[in-house]
Amino acid sequence: MARKPDLLPGTLDMLILRTLQRAPLHGYGIALQIKRLSDDVLTVEEGSLYPALQRLLLQGWVKAEWKMTETNRRARFYTLTAAGRKQLGVELTQFEQMIEAIGRVLRDVQEA
Amino acid sequence: MNSISRFLKKLALLFRRRRFRAELEDEMAFHREQAEREFIAGGMKPEAARYAAMRQFGNAARVKEKSYEVMGFRLETVAQDLRFALRQLRKNSGFALTAIVILALGMGASVAIFAFVDAALLEPLPYFAPDRLMDVAENSAMFPRSNLSREDYDDWKRLNRSFGSLQVYGGTGYLLRTPSGPVPVPAGRVSDGFFSTLGVKPMLGRGFLPGEDRPGQPKILILSYGTWLTRYGGRRDIVGQAVNLNEDSYTVVGVLPREFSFAPRGNAEFWVPLLDKNGCEVRRSCHNLFGVGRLRDGVTPAAAFQEMKGIAAQLAVEYPGSNQGQGASVTPLSELIVGQVRPILFTLLSAAGLLLLIACVNVASLLLVRSEVRRREIAVRGALGATRVRLARQFATEGLLLAAVGSSAGILVAAWMMTTLRRLVPKSMADGMPFLNDVGLNAHTAVFAGAIALLAALLMAATPVLRLSFQDIRDGLGDGGRVAAGRFWRRVGANLVVVELSVAVVLLVGAGLLGKSFYRLLHVENGFDTTHLATVQMAAPGSGYSTKEKKVALFRAIDRRLSNLPGVQSVGITSDLPMQCNCDTDWIRIVGKPFHGEHNEVNSRDVSPGYLPTLKAHLLRGRMLTEDDDASKSQKIVINQAFAEKYFAGEDPIGQKVGNGNLDDRSIREIVGVVGNVREGGLDSEIWPAEYQAMYYDPDSFVAVAVRTTQDEKAVLPALVKALHEVDANLGTYGEITMTDQIETTQTALLHRLSTWLVACFAALALILGVVGLYGVIAYSVSQRTREIGVRMALGAQRSSVYQLVLGEAGRLIAVGVVVGLAAAVGAATLMRKLLFGVQAWDAGTLLGVAVVLGASALLASYIPARRAASVNPTEALRAE
Repeated sequence: MARKPDLLPGTLDMLILRTLQRAPLHGYGIALQIKRLSDDVLTVEEGSLYPALQRLLLQGWVKAEWKMTETNRRARFYTLTAAGRKQLGVELTQFEQMIEAIGRVLRDVQEA
Repeated sequence: MNSISRFLKKLALLFRRRRFRAELEDEMAFHREQAEREFIAGGMKPEAARYAAMRQFGNAARVKEKSYEVMGFRLETVAQDLRFALRQLRKNSGFALTAIVILALGMGASVAIFAFVDAALLEPLPYFAPDRLMDVAENSAMFPRSNLSREDYDDWKRLNRSFGSLQVYGGTGYLLRTPSGPVPVPAGRVSDGFFSTLGVKPMLGRGFLPGEDRPGQPKILILSYGTWLTRYGGRRDIVGQAVNLNEDSYTVVGVLPREFSFAPRGNAEFWVPLLDKNGCEVRRSCHNLFGVGRLRDGVTPAAAFQEMKGIAAQLAVEYPGSNQGQGASVTPLSELIVGQVRPILFTLLSAAGLLLLIACVNVASLLLVRSEVRRREIAVRGALGATRVRLARQFATEGLLLAAVGSSAGILVAAWMMTTLRRLVPKSMADGMPFLNDVGLNAHTAVFAGAIALLAALLMAATPVLRLSFQDIRDGLGDGGRVAAGRFWRRVGANLVVVELSVAVVLLVGAGLLGKSFYRLLHVENGFDTTHLATVQMAAPGSGYSTKEKKVALFRAIDRRLSNLPGVQSVGITSDLPMQCNCDTDWIRIVGKPFHGEHNEVNSRDVSPGYLPTLKAHLLRGRMLTEDDDASKSQKIVINQAFAEKYFAGEDPIGQKVGNGNLDDRSIREIVGVVGNVREGGLDSEIWPAEYQAMYYDPDSFVAVAVRTTQDEKAVLPALVKALHEVDANLGTYGEITMTDQIETTQTALLHRLSTWLVACFAALALILGVVGLYGVIAYSVSQRTREIGVRMALGAQRSSVYQLVLGEAGRLIAVGVVVGLAAAVGAATLMRKLLFGVQAWDAGTLLGVAVVLGASALLASYIPARRAASVNPTEALRAE
C-alpha cells in the first residue's frame, strides 16, 4: 500500500480550496491548475482528487453544479462557499505556522 | 452541528445513490476525455492518447470506491462483508452450528425464565390500581397471617380510617344440583363491595349492590367465566335464572369477565354474598375470612398497619376471651399472590443467567479459536492491502451474523420452553397463579430478549476484533509469530475456561443442593404409611342428613360398604386429610392447669374410629378411638406426641381433660390415647400439637374418606366413588386421589421439583459446555505444541511424562475453576437458602460430589488430547514443521 508522497499530507484540501478561490473549476481543471501553478512539481492523483472533492462537499466547503465548458461539454464545476473561504484561511494560517516552525528547526540545525 | 448536517447530507445521498454514482461516473469520464485531448494536442495518436489517459487516471473502480466511502454509509462493503461471512459460516458449518445452538440454548433459557419473572413480579395484578390493594388479616403468635373473624371484620370496617373500602372473602363449598346428581363445587363468599374494590365489573349482568351481603337479603350469586361457559353453555340469558346450591335457590345476577382471577380463591366457580352468619360466624373467635382493602389516597401501608394494630389491640381489651393476642397484618395483595414464587423465580433467573454467561463465554472462545485458525488468512489479506479496520469489520460482521441467527433461534427456544414449562404446572396450582396466563412474548420479554441479543452481538463482534488488535498482522505470515500468538490464545483461552468451569460448579452445586432438599422433603417423617392409601372428598346433602344420628348412620354405612370392596383393608373418615395444612385449629385449655387467656392453638380433626389405624399411625399410650365413643358418652380424644410433649411434659396425659377457654361443659373432652406425630401440614411445615376428636360424637357434613388397600391404590379410586354413590346417590364426591399423588402434587413439592429439574438441566448443560471448552483449550494447546512434544520425545521423554505435561496443564485449570466455583457456590447457595430444606448452603457432601463429578469429567475430556499428544511420532512431528 505504498503511495508516493507527492504532497505533504493534509495539504490537498487546502490546495483545492486555494485553487477554487480564483474561479469555479471542474475536477480536471483543478488538477491541471495545481500542476501548472506548481510548475509541474505537484501532481494531484485522480485517486485522491475525487474522494477529496466529495469530502469537501460533505463538509460544505465547496458546492458543485453542472455547467457547460468553453468547449461546450457538460462538466461539474466546484465553487468555494463562504464556509470554505473561512476554512481556507484557517488552513493557510496553520500551514504557514507549520512551515515557519519547520524552517526554524532546519535553520537551527544548519547553524549548529 | 456540523456532524449533524454531515449526517443529513449522507442520509439524503442514501436516497439518491444512483444519481450520485452517475454523476461521479460522468465527472470521471469527462476527466479522462480532457486528458485524452491534452495528449492528442501534444501530438499523440488517438488510440495511444486514450490508453495514456486511462493509465494516468489509474484504477477507476478504486477511485469510485474511495469516493463512495467518503459519502456513503459503507452499505456496499457491509453487504460484501455479509456475503463473505455467510460463505465463511457455510464453509465451517460445524463451528457455526455449535455456536448457534449454544447461544440459542443460553438465550432461550434466560428469556423463557424472564417471561415468568415478568408475568409474576413485574406485571401489575389485573385490578384497578393494584398497588393500593392490601391483604388485611389477623395475626397471632403461631400464624403471622390468620383468618379474620366476621365480628372483628365488622368492627375493623367501622373503626378504620385508612381504607377507602375494606372487604372480606372466604372459601366455601356447595352441593350444586345438576341433572346427573349433586356435584360439590368450590365457591367464594364475599362482602358486597369485594368486586368493586378490586375494580372488576361483571361482563354480563351486575355486581353485588351495597347491603346485599347483609343477613336476610335475597340469595344471589355471580358466576365465574369458566363456570358460565362449561356449566351453562355461555348462555346470555342465564342472568335472572335460578341455580340450586345446597338445596337453596340462588338467582344469577352477573357473570365475571374472562380475564378475572383471584388467586386466593382461584378455583371458585360461584361467588355469593356473605348473607347469614353460619354456625361458626356467630362466635368472634371463628376465623374464616380474609380481608382485602383499598388504601385511601395518601395513606401508606405502614400507616394502615399501625392503625389496624391499634384497632386490634382495642378489641383485645374489649373481648379478651376471643381477641387476646390477636394482632393485625397488612401487606400488599401482590405479596400474597406472588410472594411464594419470588425466591424460586429469582433462583431460576440467576441459574438461567449463569447458563447464558457460560454459553457466551463458550461461543467467544470458539470465535477466538476460529480467528486463531485464520491467522494466515488474515495475514494474507493484510498483505494484499486490507486495512486493520477493514479486517476488523469483516470479523465483526461474522460475529454479528452468528449472534443474529443464534438470537433468532434463541427466541424460538424461549417460546417452546415457555409453553412447556407452563404445561408442567398442574391445574390445581395454576388456579393460584393467575399470572401464568400472562407468560409469553410480550413487550417486556421482547426488550429483554433484544438486550441479550445486543449483548451477545457485542461480545461476538468484539472478541475477534479485540484479538485482531493484539496481533501484528504480518506475524501471521512467518512462522516466527506462531509461538507468540499461540501463547496469547492459551492465556486468554485458559482464563475463559476457568470462568466456564467455575460457573458450571456454581450451577452444579445449586442443582445438587436443590435436589438434596427435594429428596429430604419427600422423605420427611410423616408419621403414617403414605403408600396404598386412596382418598376422596365427600359432602352429605343437608336435607337427608340433618341430625347427628343420621350422619353417624351414614358414616357407619360407608365404613361397612367400603370395607367390603375387594382390595380394601380398612376405612377411615376424617374432617381433614393429612399433609394439607396446619389449619382448622382449636384453642384449648387444660383442666387443672393455670390459664391466663392464652391461645393454645392445636390442629383439630374429627375422625372415625377406623381413621388412625387406617393411616397406620403409631399408638404410643392408651387406646385408639372406638365405635362406642359417640354422643351417648362423654367426649373422647386422642392427641399426638407433640401435644403430649408441649402440655404434659413429664406427666401421663391419659385421663387428663381439655376444654375451651371458659371450660364450658360441652367443650370438655378426655384424652384416651397418644399417637405418634402424623404430619397434618405441608412437607416443609413444622409439626403442631394435634387432637383427634371422636367423629361420632359430633359429625361434619363435609368429610374425607381414606382407605388402606392391599393392591394398587390408584385402581381402587373409581370403585371408591362408585361405592359411595351406591350408599347414597345424593352424596357429592370430588378430589379422588392417592396419598402418594397428593404429596407429589402439593405446591411445596411441585415448586421444589420444578426448580430442581430446571436448575439440574441448566447445570448439566453448563457442565457439558465447560468440559467442551476445556477440551478445546487443551486440544488447541496440544496442536500448538506438537513440535515441542516431538522434540521432547526425540530427546528421550517417556509417554507418561507427555501425559503428565498435558494433564498437568488441564489439572491446574480444573483446580482453579473448581476452587473458585466452590467459593462462589457457597455464596450463591447462601442467597437461595430460603429454597433449601434440611440441607445447609455449605453441605460438604454436595460440594465434594460436584468437585469430583466436574473434576472427573474434565480430566476425561483432557485425556483425549493428552493421548493424542502421547502418541505423537517424533519424526513426523519434526518433519511437519
